[in-house]
Amino acid sequence: MTYLDHAATTPMLPEAAATLTEALGRVGNASSLHSAGRRARRAIEESRESIAEAVGALPSEVVLATGGTEADNLAVKGLYWARRAADPRRTRVLVSAAEHHAVLDAGEWLAEHEGATLDVLGVDATGRVDVATLREALAAHPGEVAVVSVMWANNEVGTVNDVRALAEVAHEYGVPFHTDAVQAVGAVPVDFAASGVDALSLTGHKLGGPVGAGALLLRRDAACTPLLHGGGQERDVRSGTLDVPGVMSLATAVRAAVGDIERRTATLTALRDDLVARVVAEVPDARLNGVPLDRPGERLPGNAHLSFPGCEGDSLLMLLDARGIECSTGSACTAGVARPSHVLLAMGLDDDLARGSLRFSLGHNSTAADVDAVVEAIGPVVERARRAGDALARS
Amino acid sequence: MLEHSEVLTCAERTVRVLAAMSGGVDSAVAAARLRDAGHEVTGVHLALSAKPATMREGARGCCSVEDSRDARRCADVLDIPFYVWDLATRFRDDVVEPFVAEYAAGRTPNPCLRCNEKIKFSAVLERARALGFDAVGTGHYARLEDGLLRRAVDPDKDQSYVLGVLRPDQLEGALFPLGDSPKAQVRAEAAERGLVVAEKPDSHDICFIPSGDTQAFLAERIDEAPGEMVDPSGAVVGHHRGVHDFTVGQRHGLGIARPAPDGRPRYVLGLEPVSRTVRVGPAEELDVTELTASDPVWLVEPPVGPLACAVQVRAHGGLVAATVRVGDDGVDVVLEQPLRGVAPGQAAVFYRPDADGDVVLGSATIATTSR
Repeated sequence: MTYLDHAATTPMLPEAAATLTEALGRVGNASSLHSAGRRARRAIEESRESIAEAVGALPSEVVLATGGTEADNLAVKGLYWARRAADPRRTRVLVSAAEHHAVLDAGEWLAEHEGATLDVLGVDATGRVDVATLREALAAHPGEVAVVSVMWANNEVGTVNDVRALAEVAHEYGVPFHTDAVQAVGAVPVDFAASGVDALSLTGHKLGGPVGAGALLLRRDAACTPLLHGGGQERDVRSGTLDVPGVMSLATAVRAAVGDIERRTATLTALRDDLVARVVAEVPDARLNGVPLDRPGERLPGNAHLSFPGCEGDSLLMLLDARGIECSTGSACTAGVARPSHVLLAMGLDDDLARGSLRFSLGHNSTAADVDAVVEAIGPVVERARRAGDALARS
Repeated sequence: MLEHSEVLTCAERTVRVLAAMSGGVDSAVAAARLRDAGHEVTGVHLALSAKPATMREGARGCCSVEDSRDARRCADVLDIPFYVWDLATRFRDDVVEPFVAEYAAGRTPNPCLRCNEKIKFSAVLERARALGFDAVGTGHYARLEDGLLRRAVDPDKDQSYVLGVLRPDQLEGALFPLGDSPKAQVRAEAAERGLVVAEKPDSHDICFIPSGDTQAFLAERIDEAPGEMVDPSGAVVGHHRGVHDFTVGQRHGLGIARPAPDGRPRYVLGLEPVSRTVRVGPAEELDVTELTASDPVWLVEPPVGPLACAVQVRAHGGLVAATVRVGDDGVDVVLEQPLRGVAPGQAAVFYRPDADGDVVLGSATIATTSR
């Protein structure tokens, strides 16, 4: 099996799996006062410190949560509510057009149910948000924006934003800045303090940790209204009994992934560049989406996103799947129907080309053999998918 | 060229089969049987609605999210790959819009038949073939043996009528593994196999009209074209909003306040969209003894002389012995006994009666009827 869908989820690192399974056998609620509780609390706090250290945050800035979707919702809604409460004129939400639905739909929900106005920031042809675009949007309604959210790295095309510069502009206008960094942490250097952002989402299962464990890094001075009310855990911002094994495993994975970043970047970049070059050699009219490979710092090292003119992405996916190669076409609706990606459309691709696109995402256990398998399959697969596209147009 | 007898049919050799899975019990069991027969089976759910409803509405829709999930769940239990194919645009262009246009033109279309002809065994089969599949398998109740399409064993479930429009090259790529089983057996088999859809109700309605209210569906899509209802004497007995509200043979919902002079019920006898006239009259005026039909498709050599056969003029019932003659513009059909409620737009499917299951010879679309 050739698994090239690490951006969807990546296998757990052995040490993270070991931490998790070991901890599963132990009792203890981190809020309890007895010794089992103290043990659990110590494990949580050590994990928190470990995560904080790996991503340049203070331990008190780590708000543990279940993952990217929860962290994104908490940040977008929580920062919005708090900022609007402090200044009722601030009712605008600014998000980039390339955001994950966890951010986009949270913004849309605020617009539908909380009287917010959602402004979507356009992206350039590589999927990047220009600093000038953000400045313009803020300047158009000074004093009215409550929150800005722009992702650190895009999940589909791997484009890395200049988050630090974007956050700086938001702050010039007195607006808190959130970034969804679930694809970035463990893949590119992320330093919370140096980035200047107010809130940052990360999740375990994209970096070798468990599904269901993640965090929102939240500056001490960032006001955030909670989504979940209850026992007052996590600075009263996120109530709920903490998942001790999950958090411990998350910490192990974050530490391991971040510690290995240099070596892994070199390996993945080489594999990815090889994959793209050889796929394009097999299918000359295939085109790479996102940032060109000669600008390595601006693209996730494991991301190869390609369009194959004349093909339906779901035909390609099916044919590759039948050959044991697992990749992704982007998003599907709830009924499972493949939809052209909103990210690609925002980048200016037409509907057909957007539909004929595949994402190969490499990760910590990817090998040269994986690349060979794709290169061997892609020519015949594309040829067949094109015939199927023609057949559909003809019949 | 190989002689026909030397060619193994799809059912006899191991092939790559695309199983169309609606989320219902029939297509799930069909996929299971194909897999058990040794074929390499991939399940595909056809998304036919541009905006699928989350839950089924009304009696049963066939492209809700719930149906897609049911199909996926069955494919998972069968351990076969599963995908969703988006055919909403094709379905709209080739099935729904012609359906509306036919009603507007005073005819009564059968969308299931059109879906088999244009979607399942055209768009889907063509795409499947291009992707390297040999055949499309469905949960239709019909038998396909040695290139002959026969009625299913279960007479209540037989769907040979809605498959009768397929050309030989389409049937070559078709597999119907349920044709030799009664429905009850299929349900029992589904339960035995642990398929969650074993108890799921049958679909009866038109899948794209989950409310079952065809008139309301058409009213949203066809402008009102009011006209008169005229009885056989030429007297105007009522008014209507458009011929699309009616089907030949319809008795209820005519909205005529005044009863017929003889007190007997009136039926729709004919629809004339140009003059916007709905002809109504007594039941016996519905009797049809001759009809013409266009666009014939033959599964046997097109007959040169008169062909004695049985003709079926609607999905359930309406079967009678007849003689078919092929002409320049289609076929002329003379019925041995009069049939009632023969609606232009429906298919006339020609069968050769056979104790081992009537054989479909061909079909054509009913154009005109006469007494």
